[in-house]
Amino acid sequence: MSWILAGLIVWALGLWANVRLSKRKGRAAALAVPVIFGLVLVFVWEAVVRGFGISPVLLPAPSVIAARFGQSSGVLWQDFVQTVLKGALTGYVLGCGAALLTAIVVDRFDFLRRGLLPVGNFVAALPIIGIAPILVMWFGFDWQSKAAVVVVMVFFPVLVNAVQGLADTSAMQRDLMRTYAASYWTSLWKLRLPAALPFIFNGLKIASTLALIGAIVAEFFGSPITGMGFRISTSVGLLQLDLVWAEIVVAALAGSAFYGGVALIERAATFWHPSQRGR
Amino acid sequence: MMTEQVAAPAASVPQAPTVISAQGLNLVYETSDGPVQALKDVDLKIDKGDFVSFIGPSGCGKTTFLRVMADLETPTSGTVLVNGVTPEAARKARAYGYVFQAAGLYPWRSIGGNIRLPLEIMGYSKAEQAERVQRVLELVELSGFDKKYPWQLSGGMQQRASIARALAFDADILLMDEPFGALDEIVRDHLNEQLLALWSRTEKTICFVTHSIPEAVYLSTRIVVMSPRPGRITDVIESPLPKERPLEIRDSPEFLEIAHRVREGLRAGHAYD
Repeated sequence: MSWILAGLIVWALGLWANVRLSKRKGRAAALAVPVIFGLVLVFVWEAVVRGFGISPVLLPAPSVIAARFGQSSGVLWQDFVQTVLKGALTGYVLGCGAALLTAIVVDRFDFLRRGLLPVGNFVAALPIIGIAPILVMWFGFDWQSKAAVVVVMVFFPVLVNAVQGLADTSAMQRDLMRTYAASYWTSLWKLRLPAALPFIFNGLKIASTLALIGAIVAEFFGSPITGMGFRISTSVGLLQLDLVWAEIVVAALAGSAFYGGVALIERAATFWHPSQRGR
Repeated sequence: MMTEQVAAPAASVPQAPTVISAQGLNLVYETSDGPVQALKDVDLKIDKGDFVSFIGPSGCGKTTFLRVMADLETPTSGTVLVNGVTPEAARKARAYGYVFQAAGLYPWRSIGGNIRLPLEIMGYSKAEQAERVQRVLELVELSGFDKKYPWQLSGGMQQRASIARALAFDADILLMDEPFGALDEIVRDHLNEQLLALWSRTEKTICFVTHSIPEAVYLSTRIVVMSPRPGRITDVIESPLPKERPLEIRDSPEFLEIAHRVREGLRAGHAYD
């Protein structure tokens, strides 16, 4: 009972603090509001789980998850390296790189735009659950098959965005290049690629979240005895839900850092775009 | 056939050689509503050092004619020679600088970077690039703005930067398509004055499309009056105004007389519709 009471009090305090803070201006206040919100949420979660005596199989308390996080940090790090660094990141780099090169080729030859884009569309429509086992058969249990799944997942969104971006120049901008008698490659490098960057980064941001999902889900269909997806599926079977939650925390942190990193590079590269100006 | 035409202008004229010549030029666009005759039987010669304005209502083909000279459009029939060669050869030889209706600066490049763009493409050395950027920025009174980005500047400043970009490399011909059309009268007067000063200093041949009578008369040595449907030349007026032209010249009787003749020409072209 005291836990529930404490939860209510902390919730009321947090609400009061945030209402007051949100009226203030400045960086510190803008930063404090979400932090307070997050801390209150975690505390209320803790209080509800303890106060109502909820089974740890249904919902472990944050303190239990944190304790497990500390105890199993070695395992979690191993899984992180296997799934995020080896599987997701390799697949992301390969898939996005291949998509960008394909986009340039597709943009150069119009018959490819009409021929390749529908095929890409078709591949993108295939359910990941369906192709992941096949790719595991082709590329083996280790991270290579996970990277392959990620390649398939990220390829299409990056391709479509890049092709659209490369076409996004005005007639005047292209005429200007023509008056300079600029070669195809010069105008690609100095006009079309910079103009396409906002579109390309859109694709890269979408792909960054897809990559992590793809790498984790692919491990459900066969993997060595390491990896975040493997750990989640086996720990559920062992009713070690605290470890599952710890993996989810790792995935959330890695995913946010990944997306944030891409967004930071975007801001540096497309500072001139109206959507980024004055930020 | 081709080689004869290339050789001809160089041999025939001693002091002011023909820079641009058009003969029997026709251009027909195929549209969904049927063919549109954008240019009909256009004949014109432009000499070196001329300042030629093309004036007429919209649809008279003045911009189309400029784009034909620049090899941005291909005529249906007839011949055009720029510097004695085809527009395509002239374009590939980087014979002209083109100023568009809007500044069209690339937003990811600073002002200096935009002016450097043609120099990079044409392979000037780094030192030469920097030197030329500074010089043309001075020419259009934008010194100190090379680090700014286009979207941080006013419309008039952007247009001046785009003129600087067209001046940065050594083209003898400047093709300008209503460059001041979107600017207010005060800025436009100022830029007209600057353009005249620049023209007399650099002795470039300038083709200037406009729909403003005072602008055409104030700037030009020759005014080409055009009319629409089909786009054609109805009058070519040689200006008797001296090369030195203060803004006040616009109140002189000579100026008003030419302006009157241009207006008459424009009205005659419209008489049938």
